[in-house]
Amino acid sequence: MFSFCTEPDALGAFQWFACYFTTGVHLNLYWSLGTVLILLAITAPVSLAFGFLGAMASRSRILPLSLLGKTYTSMVRGVPDIVFFLFFVIALDQALEWTKHQIVCPDWTEPIRQGANFLVCPEAKIPLGASPQVVHEIYGFFVAVFTFSIVFGAFAANVLYGAMRAVPRAQMETAEAYGMTPRQSFWRILVPQMWIYALPGLSNLWMILIKATPLLFILGIEDIVYWARELGSSKSARFFDYPHGDWRLWYFLGLLVFYLAFTRVSEIALDRITKRLSHGQNFAGGGA
Amino acid sequence: MTCVEAIQGYALRSIGIGERLLPREDFTLCQQITLIGSGVLWNIYFGLLALVIGFFIANAVAVAKASPRYWLRKPAEWFILVFRGSPLFIQFFLAYFIFLSMKQAGILPFLTAAQAGALIVLILNTAAYSGEIFFGALRTVPRGDLEAADAYGLTGWSRFRRITWPTTMRLAWPAYTNEAIFLFHATTLVFFSGFPAQRQQGDALYYANYFADKTFNPFVPYPIVAGYFILLTLAIIGLFNLMNRRLNRHMPQEARRIRYRPQLIR
Amino acid sequence: MKKLLLTAAAAAVAASAALAGSHSVVRMGTEGAYPPYNFINDSGEVDGFEREVGDELCARAELTCEWVTNDWDSIIPNLTSGNYDTIIAGMSITDERDEVIDFTQDYYPATASRYMAMSEGVDLEGGVIAAQSNTIQSAYIAETGAVLLEFATPDETIAAVLNGEADAVFADADFLLPKAEESGDLMLVGEPVPLGGGVGMGIRETDGELKAKFDAAITSMKEDGTLNELLIKWFGDDQPTY
Repeated sequence: MFSFCTEPDALGAFQWFACYFTTGVHLNLYWSLGTVLILLAITAPVSLAFGFLGAMASRSRILPLSLLGKTYTSMVRGVPDIVFFLFFVIALDQALEWTKHQIVCPDWTEPIRQGANFLVCPEAKIPLGASPQVVHEIYGFFVAVFTFSIVFGAFAANVLYGAMRAVPRAQMETAEAYGMTPRQSFWRILVPQMWIYALPGLSNLWMILIKATPLLFILGIEDIVYWARELGSSKSARFFDYPHGDWRLWYFLGLLVFYLAFTRVSEIALDRITKRLSHGQNFAGGGA
Repeated sequence: MTCVEAIQGYALRSIGIGERLLPREDFTLCQQITLIGSGVLWNIYFGLLALVIGFFIANAVAVAKASPRYWLRKPAEWFILVFRGSPLFIQFFLAYFIFLSMKQAGILPFLTAAQAGALIVLILNTAAYSGEIFFGALRTVPRGDLEAADAYGLTGWSRFRRITWPTTMRLAWPAYTNEAIFLFHATTLVFFSGFPAQRQQGDALYYANYFADKTFNPFVPYPIVAGYFILLTLAIIGLFNLMNRRLNRHMPQEARRIRYRPQLIR
Repeated sequence: MKKLLLTAAAAAVAASAALAGSHSVVRMGTEGAYPPYNFINDSGEVDGFEREVGDELCARAELTCEWVTNDWDSIIPNLTSGNYDTIIAGMSITDERDEVIDFTQDYYPATASRYMAMSEGVDLEGGVIAAQSNTIQSAYIAETGAVLLEFATPDETIAAVLNGEADAVFADADFLLPKAEESGDLMLVGEPVPLGGGVGMGIRETDGELKAKFDAAITSMKEDGTLNELLIKWFGDDQPTY
C-alpha cells in the first residue's frame, strides 16, 4: 500500500502497523464489513415482507392458509437459528438446481442423486460452473440473504401478528360501520395503525438480526468473523511478510467494539423514531 | 448394531457413560437419534442452570438499574449494554480466551472446560437480557398498586417483596418465557465457538455435526436436532404457562392466558 | 451450500479452449488455513505447496482453474453437491473418504503424523491430546486411551498446547515441523505414527475424465522431477520425495 512497505522487516513499529493493516487480506476484512452491512440492509425489508405474509396467512379465515402461516412461524421459532442455517442452505441450493434441471434438461436420464452426490446436468448448475468467481459469490450472498430472511421473517410475522391484534377493536368496528369491506378495512385502517404497535418488537428484531451476523460464515459468506479468525491466527515468518503470534484476542475485541457501537447507535436511532411515531398516541409509551 | 444396543451404548454417551468410541460405520437412524438425544442432556444442563442462576442475578441487575444511586445504576447499565449489545458467539470466543489466560496465571483453572466456563457466559448473558426485561416491568408496575401498599403502611423491603416484586414478575412473565426459549437455543453455540469438546462429549449440535461429517448427509442429523428443540421449546412453554397461571391467579380469567408481547423479545 | 470464501485469481492458462464442455473452468476447493500445504498469503490469495502444484497440474492438463476456499468441516459435502470440482487441501487418502469421493494418485507421499508438546515425557497415552475435528488424526486419538480435545481449525490445536489446555497436539508432521522450529517452547515428541495413504486430490466419483487428466499430470510431474522440487521448496531438505 505505502511506498515504504517493501521491506517489512526493517520498519519501525508505527510504519509496520501501517503496512500491516493495509495488506490485501486486511482489505478483504474491511470489504467483508461492507458485505455484512449490505446483507443487513437487504435482509431487513425482505424479512419484513415475509413477516407480513406470514402474519396475514396466520390471520386468514381459510384454514389451510392460517395453518401454514402458524406452522411457519412456530416451527422456525422453535429451532435454533444455527441448526436451521446448517442444513437449509444446502437444501435451498439443491432445490433451486433441481428445479432448473427439470426445466433445462428434460431429457436427462441419469439419476440426480447418486449416493452422496447431487448431480444435475451442467447447464442447470447455479451459477454455471464456468461463471467467474464473483458470480458464485453473489449467488451465495443471495442464498444467505434468503435464508436469513426466512428465519427473521418468522420472528417478524410473530411481531406483526401481535401488532395487528393490538389495534383497538373499536377502530375496526368503526370501519365496518362505515361500510368498508374486510379488505378495505384491513388495508386502510389496520395496516396503517399497526406499525406503532409493531415498532418496539421490530426494533428488537433488528438488534437480534445484527447480532446474528457472526453466523454468516456458516452460510459461506466471507464475513468479519471469518477474516478476524484468519488474520488473528499466528503467522510464521517462513510464509508471511508480517509474522505475528496468536492475535485473535485483539481481533475479536475489535469485533466486540464494532458490534457494541453498532447496536448502541441503532438503539438510539430507533428510540428517536419510536418517540416521534408515538407522539399523540393514547398509550403508555406515548408522548403527551 | 440393533436399536436396543445403540440406546444402551449411546444414550448417556455425552456424559461419558457407555461406549467409549462413537459409531464409525454403518450409521443407523437409531444411533443418530440416540446420540443426538444424549447431547441434548448438555443443552438442558446449560439452559436450566443458566436460567435458574441467571434469574436471581437478573433481579439484582434490574433493581440496580432502577436504583437512584449512580454507583449502583451505572454498573448495571454497562453490564446490560455489553451483554445485550454484542453477539453471544463473540462473547463465547472472548470468554474462552480470558479463562485461558486466567488458567495460565493459576486462577480458577477449571473455567476453560465448557461445563463451567460456557455456563458462566450463559448465566451472565441471560442475566443481562432478563435484567432488562425485569427492569422494564419494574417501571410499569401500576402506580395504584404502590399507593395501596403505602396506604397499608408497607415500606422498604416488605413493600418490595409483597407488592412490587410479584407484580413485576407477572408483567415480565410473557417476555421472560421468550427469553427462556432463546436461552435454550443459545446453548447450541457452546461447542460451536470457542469451547472445545472433550472426549467427544458434546451437545446435540456437536453430535449432529459429527454425523453430518461422517455420513456426508446433513439432511438427517440436523433435522433431528431441530425436532428435539421443538419438543424442548414446547416443554418450556408448557412449564412457563403453568407458572403464569399461578402468577395471575387473582386476575380475571382473560389475563391468565399467556399473550404474546411483541415489545420484548430477545 | 456455497462456502466460497475467497476470490482467488484464476490461474489462467493459455490454449484452454479444447476442453470437455462441463469443465471449461475447474474450480479447486481448498481450506486456506494449513501452511505450508495451503494458506492465504498477505495479499489475500491462496498460496502454498498445493497452490503451486495445482497451478502446474492445471497447466499440464490444459485446464483453466480457479481457486476457492471452504472450511474443512464441509469440504466434502460441497464437492459432492458440485460447488467446486476438486479438493486440494492436504487431504489424506483414506478408505472412509474413498467410499464417498474418488482420489487421484497421491501428489504428496504418505508421511507420518506426529505429536508436538511443550516438554518431553508428556503422557501421550493418557493425557489430553488436541486434534482438528474430522481428521484422520482425531479419529486415531479417539481410539487411543488419551483424552481427545477437538478444535475446528488447526491453529487452535496448537494454541491449546501453548496455553496448557492440551498436553500435546497430534497432526501431520509437516504441519507441525515449521511450528516446532519457529517456537522455542514446542517440540516434536513420541514416535511418528503412519496414518493415511498420502495426500491426493479429491474428485467426484462421477468425474472419471477429470480424474484421469489430473492423474496423468501428476505422473508427468513425478517423472520430470518438478514435483520433487516443489516438495523440497515447501517442506525442506528432509522431505521424502518420489
